[in-house]
Amino acid sequence: MFLLLYPGIKNLSFLKSKYIKKEGKNMGLDIIVCVKQVSDPDYFSEITLDPETGNIQRDKVPAVMNSFDEHALEEALKLKDEFGGKITVISMGPPKASEVLEWSLALGADEAVLLSDKAFAGADSWATAVGLAEYIKDKDFDLIFCGNQSDDGATAQVGPQIAEILNIPHLTFVSSLENIDADNKEAVIKREIEYGGYMKFKLKMPGLIAVLKDINEVRAITAEGMMTAGEKEFNTYTAEDLNIDPKTIGLEGSPTRVINTYEQSFEREKNILEGVSEEIIEKVKEKILSQDI
Amino acid sequence: MKTQNEVLVWLEQRNGEIMDVSLQALGKGIELAEELGAEISALIIGHQIDDMISELQEYKVDKIYKISDPELKHFKIDLYTDIISSLTEDPRPEIMLFGATDLSMQLAPAVAARLETGLTAHCSDLYIKEIDGEKQLITTVPGFKGGCIVEIICPKHRPQMATISAGAVKKPQKNSAGSCEIIDVEYEKPELNGLELLEMEVKEPKCKLVENACVVIAGGRGVKSDQGVQMVHELAEIFDAAVGGTRPSTDTGWVPIENLIGSSGKTIQPDLFISLAASGAAHFSSGILKSKYIIAVDKDPDAPIFDICDLGIVADINEFLPKLISKLKN
Repeated sequence: MFLLLYPGIKNLSFLKSKYIKKEGKNMGLDIIVCVKQVSDPDYFSEITLDPETGNIQRDKVPAVMNSFDEHALEEALKLKDEFGGKITVISMGPPKASEVLEWSLALGADEAVLLSDKAFAGADSWATAVGLAEYIKDKDFDLIFCGNQSDDGATAQVGPQIAEILNIPHLTFVSSLENIDADNKEAVIKREIEYGGYMKFKLKMPGLIAVLKDINEVRAITAEGMMTAGEKEFNTYTAEDLNIDPKTIGLEGSPTRVINTYEQSFEREKNILEGVSEEIIEKVKEKILSQDI
Repeated sequence: MKTQNEVLVWLEQRNGEIMDVSLQALGKGIELAEELGAEISALIIGHQIDDMISELQEYKVDKIYKISDPELKHFKIDLYTDIISSLTEDPRPEIMLFGATDLSMQLAPAVAARLETGLTAHCSDLYIKEIDGEKQLITTVPGFKGGCIVEIICPKHRPQMATISAGAVKKPQKNSAGSCEIIDVEYEKPELNGLELLEMEVKEPKCKLVENACVVIAGGRGVKSDQGVQMVHELAEIFDAAVGGTRPSTDTGWVPIENLIGSSGKTIQPDLFISLAASGAAHFSSGILKSKYIIAVDKDPDAPIFDICDLGIVADINEFLPKLISKLKN
């Protein structure tokens, strides 16, 4: 059998406007960094499930910036230090998520955007990407940086999906940026693959880069940064502000649904012995040899 | 949008070899297709891939989509995304699966975006269940670093897509008796100029991988000394076991990162798992729960690992290991 494929299906019909390429030369790089507020991974063991509803209880767990996103912001700050330009940080989340944006401003980002609205709530990775892309699609930018994955969901899906919606090239598992040409808007990007292998690509901007944590060392926050953060531009938008069709975002726009959450339990023999007596070692040997291996 | 009763699995090849985790996904795909009474198809993209196609014919697959072109020899996200989404746009398979590799973790979300459908990442298991009169794919993923299990469905969109963690499911049995249709897919190169591949280095794992071994021995924070590490390896040699570890073990480097076990590493299901001086925190233990028989050794009698093991020994591994090794060698 023989099948012919036609290239380039694009049925993202509800997103009409496409990235508009900037005319002429610009000073520096315009960078967007996507950040997420997550439950502090150090406290994950304290997250419990309500035995009746199965809902996740995380009230007592502190919220922090997703660790991968700290490195995404740092990479953007490094490029701004070298080439100049502007950094916009963007997050989707409840009003409390403004904390990670304020933190980013204090570290050196220039402008912050929070998409906060009940209509965004309950989004899976696709509906999250749609919401963020709806804001970004009309903006001028050279690069979008994301953390490769979140500390909580760890799907690593939002970055590539934003890029697909915006119809720009993307790379994930990125461990370094080399030969950045801010005038011609090109960069050489190294992405990791299994067992220490890698691939290097030349990327033509605009593009999206999802970074690993070993790409850089995150800088410390300064007193000056903290003092000036409050003077920077900070905008919060609802879905209506951005004219987003509520059917495409949040729980309603999510193709996937969580139907069940439970703690895993397995029947185990739980035969616990203490010490290293001859008898115990013999027992261990006997158990090992009785396995079908 | 039409659908067809098909389960499609993307087989990733790297330098002319099919990735093990892709074959594992195929194994699960064959099972799901049987449950659904659906066709099982494999999709492979590359150049000079006939050997790999012969290999795939040894499994119980109904169809193989073959896309071969010099340009497609190595993974290119834009071209691969275009090909897979064009091929599955209309009609759409019921289910599309990917073994979770560093590359498929970029490809699967891109394809899902083009098709505007749902995708579950890093599944530890998948099964079919009837919900409201319709057969749905249930995908299970470890939540909060393995603290709980989350079940996810994609009720209305097709295909139902998932990436499956390495070691979470098993490779299919070879069964060359079946007939298999090979479909040559011609593709027209789209105009793309955003990414150009400059250089690539593929590396092989430096050790026996935990997801492929019948016996896995893992060391935790308590394996500190060189002598301790040496004993772990000595024990592993006796069974031809793979040596894995917790995050502290991969951080210090005595266990290679590819053998990190747990929610940020591998989910494994060996016949025998031996845990040495690992306390059993949820993000580690979530990766070992499917092991058939678990032996745990730790000096802390309250370590959570003792709640999930079959045989537990409260002891210092430095005292335990020399005795066990000499016993087994006799």
